[in-house]
Amino acid sequence: MTLSKRVIACLDVKNGKVVKGVNFENLVQIGDPVVFAEAYAGAGVDELVFLDVAASVENRKTMIEVVERTAENVFVPLCVGGGISSVSDVLLLLKAGCDKVSVNTSAVKNPLLISQIAEKFGSQVITLSIDAKKGNSESGYVITTHGGNKTLELDAIKWITQAIELGAGEILLNSIDADGTKHGFDLEMLRLVREVCTVPLIASGGAGQVSDFAPAIMAGADAVLAASVFHSGQITIDEVKKDLVLNKIPVRYSPQTN
Amino acid sequence: MNDVVVLDYGFGNVRSVLRAVEKNKASVKLSADFNEALEAKGLIIPGVGAFAACMKGLEQVRANEIIDRRLVANKPVLGICVGMQVMFESGWEHGIKSEGLGQWPGIVDQINAPVLPHMGFNSIEVAIGSKMFSEIAQEQFYFLHSFAAKKLEFRDSSKIINPLIHYATHFEQFIAAVENGPLWATQFHPEKSGPAGLKLINNWLETLDEK
Repeated sequence: MTLSKRVIACLDVKNGKVVKGVNFENLVQIGDPVVFAEAYAGAGVDELVFLDVAASVENRKTMIEVVERTAENVFVPLCVGGGISSVSDVLLLLKAGCDKVSVNTSAVKNPLLISQIAEKFGSQVITLSIDAKKGNSESGYVITTHGGNKTLELDAIKWITQAIELGAGEILLNSIDADGTKHGFDLEMLRLVREVCTVPLIASGGAGQVSDFAPAIMAGADAVLAASVFHSGQITIDEVKKDLVLNKIPVRYSPQTN
Repeated sequence: MNDVVVLDYGFGNVRSVLRAVEKNKASVKLSADFNEALEAKGLIIPGVGAFAACMKGLEQVRANEIIDRRLVANKPVLGICVGMQVMFESGWEHGIKSEGLGQWPGIVDQINAPVLPHMGFNSIEVAIGSKMFSEIAQEQFYFLHSFAAKKLEFRDSSKIINPLIHYATHFEQFIAAVENGPLWATQFHPEKSGPAGLKLINNWLETLDEK
């Protein structure tokens, strides 16, 4: 009787279409995020993240329509991120049917955005997403923006501590060093962040094989997130959960029958 | 007449709730209308965010009167998340006490845990004789909250049938769901709990025809 660790799939969405290849068995690639969201829900995913990678004004309306259609057909929690810079952006997304929003660069630029959203809707709706990597700072990790291309002189641990004080209800910790390597999550950084993190912590970046997920949870993560390894079909949600069960990690798991 | 009305008072992620009811082949409408909410076979009270803010919204649509009158007439009401919390006498948030709808004795308070919010799927200690968890007692349900009621005890239990109280644990035990005659409530989100959540909604819909 304990809270299960979550397995999360992240979809990059641009102009209402999934970008990057998503490859589900028996599924024609039409690029509709709702279709993939349904497939992931059927596969036992615990949460979905839609990341709006274009996040222009016109694109925002398309994203809201995607969220509406998802909420109508997919009965698992949905978090939406990308280009959220005001309380009214959040209101529109929540009304459309998502459960949480994630903020990244806009919160670095304006940290008070976190407290504004938390005061209006509660901490549970706001996930702070950060792209961190090794660097010259007190903790040895710094914050980057623009997908890791721009390095700031902002210490990762300091920023996380400040964001939690402001009301962030969850930390999505993406390792720029590990991202794309497929050599596993950045366990050292996860352990360091866990020490100061009093809200749920999502590990992101670096998953390459089934056996990469359990160590991230043992290092302190409450949830593990992956994108391309799930989309490519290289790893299934079922395989990850089965491995977590073998490692005696609590998960929501019912074996896939087909 | 609609089978189900989801009470529209400006709070709650209602789209999935509406669809979860429709998926179970019942007609449903989002409404703030007093008579519609009173007359529907079943009424759902959603809720997200702060206890005090939800109470303000509920007062504006006279929810207290709607719920009182429905329960007296044995007409089912289902509270979800903060929609469950407001059924208690009061809620504490950030050192401030707010009055609830007071259908149940007890207070809603922060969960005593090193990591909050309590976010994700958790299992339920289902009380014996549950209709709510019929066929899904072993399943897990999605929680997204930091506050909860820990205790529900009627002061004079000799005159009433005791409610079924189902618990969950996140470092400490708290109330995950209640079945109390026509008043049911869940701290978790059945509309976000996959097939098990849809089945729970269906279990509730089945009581609409009995009552």
